[in-house]
Formats: sequence, structure tokens, C-alpha cells
Amino acid sequence: MGAFDFNVIVKALPLLWEGMQVTLLLTALGILGGIALGIVLAVMRLSRSRLFRNLAGAYVDLLRSLPLVLLIFWFYFLVPIAVGHPVGGFYSAVIGFILFEAAYFCEIIRSGIEGVRRGQVMAGLASGLTQAQCMRFIILPQAFRAMLPVLLMQSINVFKSTSLVYVIGLRDFLTAADLIGGRDNRLTEMYLLVAVVFFVICWTASQAVGLLQRRIAP
Amino acid sequence: MITLEHLSKWYGSTQVLDDCSTQIEKGEVVVICGPSGSGKSTLIKCVNGLEPFQKGTISVDGISVGDPATNLPKLRSRIGMVFQSFELYPHMSVVGNICLAQLHVLKRSEDAARARALELLDRVGLRSHADRFPSTLSGGQQQRVAIARALALDPIAMLFDEPTSALDPEMINEVLDVMTELAKDGMTMVVVTHEMGFARRVADRVLFMDAGAIVEDAKTAAFFDKPVSERAARFLSKILHH
Ligand SMILES: Nc1ncnc2c1ncn2[C@@H]1O[C@H](COP(=O)(O)OP(=O)(O)O)[C@@H](O)[C@H]1O
Ligand SMILES: [Mg+2]
Repeated sequence: MGAFDFNVIVKALPLLWEGMQVTLLLTALGILGGIALGIVLAVMRLSRSRLFRNLAGAYVDLLRSLPLVLLIFWFYFLVPIAVGHPVGGFYSAVIGFILFEAAYFCEIIRSGIEGVRRGQVMAGLASGLTQAQCMRFIILPQAFRAMLPVLLMQSINVFKSTSLVYVIGLRDFLTAADLIGGRDNRLTEMYLLVAVVFFVICWTASQAVGLLQRRIAP
Repeated sequence: MITLEHLSKWYGSTQVLDDCSTQIEKGEVVVICGPSGSGKSTLIKCVNGLEPFQKGTISVDGISVGDPATNLPKLRSRIGMVFQSFELYPHMSVVGNICLAQLHVLKRSEDAARARALELLDRVGLRSHADRFPSTLSGGQQQRVAIARALALDPIAMLFDEPTSALDPEMINEVLDVMTELAKDGMTMVVVTHEMGFARRVADRVLFMDAGAIVEDAKTAAFFDKPVSERAARFLSKILHH
């Protein structure tokens, strides 16, 4: 192996950057899709219809009891069968992530919505707004403000979990580093680099969340 | 303008409104008082359909509130409501609060809504606070904004649910003054309150509720002079000698 060699890292940068782009895209889609589906689930969990409540509740309970890795595997094999042709590891991973993260985002959003005082909806309804308008203009903006820090922490978790796509051979940041390290026999440098990059990004993001939390606190 | 006929309501198996009937004319100011838990809030929430009821009828300006075919949001937009806890939207400026329903219910333009908001803020003496956020205002100021917000929809009637109960004593009058002005301008008002001075000065009629029933429904002078029911008399002597 020899001494720690920075040149190894420099030479590997283009490939690593490609891997990082996959990681970032997966993170972004997982967060956006997860929040979008999470809102739908949260609204269902809070709806007056027992059917909707139970459906969403069962979904959340189920998804939160499964390991993400299993879901990634599952969709890697299931999605091609469902759509009739291969879709590639990336899309099955995206679907798996969205479905999984939505369960967690749902619970964050639900508690945010429940935290908004009931009188606020009363006031909105009394002024002639519909339930949906109250949700959009009164409840969700307040709920989002309250849950922003938790949402961001969960988003950092999504970023870290993306490294699990390693199991289906998708070339994300970690997989790219692993491949290069294996090829050039430089696993020490590569694994260290991966750790440093993840640490710097996640630590910076958590610090930002902390700052934000202090700013939005009254 | 507002007619209740044999209104009854239950929460599960507990009855909270018991055969309530009364009629409120256009321009009339009616004060509702009575002990806590007697159903006052529930009654006025039934008037704009915020609470469903199981028996009887309510009609507002000829429209039946309990009729499933009634467009409730539209009806509610014509009845202003003011709450004990103000319920201003904390994430919006004062003007934003007053514009929201104007924009999305009445579909007014931004300019028209803002102009109306400023005009009303002028009326409640808070024009200079237009761009502040509710949390930076005192309770009395918040309640005046809430009144302006309700008036912005040009309602045919206003409902007040204990509008001064959450206020520090020194702020009560600034809110009552705005309400008195409103009454003088001919607004139809239903006011749940324990401010008997206000009732005496401004109300045309007083309803006294107890255990979900309207026990007394009398002209203001008659009510204060000599309540018919013993329960109202006891309530009055307790509240007036405080
Ligand atoms: N959501 C509810 N569920 C069950 N009971 C309720 C509910 N809201 C009010 N009540 C009951 O209805 C009665 C009347 O309440 P309310 O109208 O708030 O009285 P008031 O405004 O005169 O104090 C009370 O006994 C109260 O406990
Ligand atoms: Mg009440």
C-alpha cells in the first residue's frame, strides 16, 4: 500500500465527482418526493375519513418497520417486473427512497400540523376560506416554520442513507470511491476521503440547522 | 336577519343546546351572557355553521345554515367573527391578515384589498401598524386588527365571542370603543360578553343562557331592571357586585 498519497485522490476526482452527483441527485429527489408524498400521507392521517386515516397509518407503520436496504433491494427487483422493462438502478433507488422517507416525513409534518392551534382554522373557516385554503394559507406555512429544523435533520439523514445504494451497485459517491480504491489498491485514502467529505457536509448542515433554529425561535 | 328556531345540539350524548329560539333584526345589537359552559360559544358557532347541530333551524338573511345544499364558505364570508383569543395569523403581517380572505374568498385585487385594509386600520386606529407582525402588538391592538379583518369582507352581521376576556383590564376599553362605534354605524351584532357596562350602553337586547337554554330574552332596560328568571337575577348580582 505505501504511505498516504494525495495524488491518488487528485487523480480520482473526476470519477468521484460523478459519484457525488448521483448521491446529490438521489438525495434531492428523495427529499422532495418524500416531502411531497409525506404531505399527502399527513393530510390523510389527519382527515376525518377513517379509511384514509387507517390506510396512511398502516403505510407509515409498515414502512417504518422495514430496513431501507431491504426496500432498495426490493424495488431493484420489483420495479422492472412491474413496469415490464429494466429501469436501471437509479430509478428503482429513487422510488425506494421516496416511499421510505415519506413515512418519516409524514410523521414530522403531521406533528407540525397538529401543533398549529385549532382556533387558527376556525378563524380561517369563519372568514369563508375552504378547508383546503386554510391548509394552504394558514396551517402549512405555520407548521413548516415549526418543523423546519426537524425536516432538515431528516434531510441530512437521507443524504447519509444514500450510501446504501452500494448494495445494488449504483455508482454513488461511496461506490465510486470504493471502485477506485479497489482498482488502484488505495482503499485507505478513499475510505478516509469518503468519511471526511460526509463529515464536512453533514456537520456544516447541522450547524446551519442549529443557527436557523436559534433565528426562528421567538 | 338571524333566526333560530328550536335549535338543539348534542356532543355525543350530552346535550349542549336545548331548544333555543330567537330572532335578531337587521341593525340590532344583542348581548349573550351566562355562566361558563352554558353554551354561548357553541350557539354563535352554530350561526355561521362552524358547529353542526342536530335539531331545529337557523337562517341568516333568508339562507338556511343547516341545509346541506348551502354554500357554507360563501355564507360565512358574509358574517364576521371575532374570537376571544384573536386568532390572528402569526406568519402574516397585519395587512396580510386583513387581505387573506379578501384575496381568496372575495377575489379582490391586491391593490383593492390593501386599500380596504388600510382604510379599516385607520378606523381602528392602527394604520401605522400595517406592516408589523401580530406578535409585536398588544392584546388590545391584536383584537382591533381582528375586528378590522372581519370587517374587510363587508359582513352583514358580526359575531363576537368574549372579545375582551383575554385582555388586560387597561386594554378592554379600546376594543369596546371600536365595537360601540360599529354598533352606532348600524352593524348587526351578536356579542357574547360579561362586560355589563357595554351591554347596558350598547345592546338592544340581552339573552341569558344557562345549561344550553336561552333562559331570558329581554330588552336591555328590562333585563337590568328586573330579570324574570331567578337564575339570571343571581348571575347579575354576582357579576355586578364584583
Ligand atoms: N368539542 C366539544 N366536545 C364536547 N363537549 C364540548 C365541546 N365543546 C364544548 N363542549 C361542551 O359544551 C358545553 C358548552 O360549551 P361552550 O359553548 O363553550 O360554553 P360557553 O361558551 O358558554 O362557556 C360545555 O359543557 C362544554 O364542556
Ligand atoms: Mg365560550
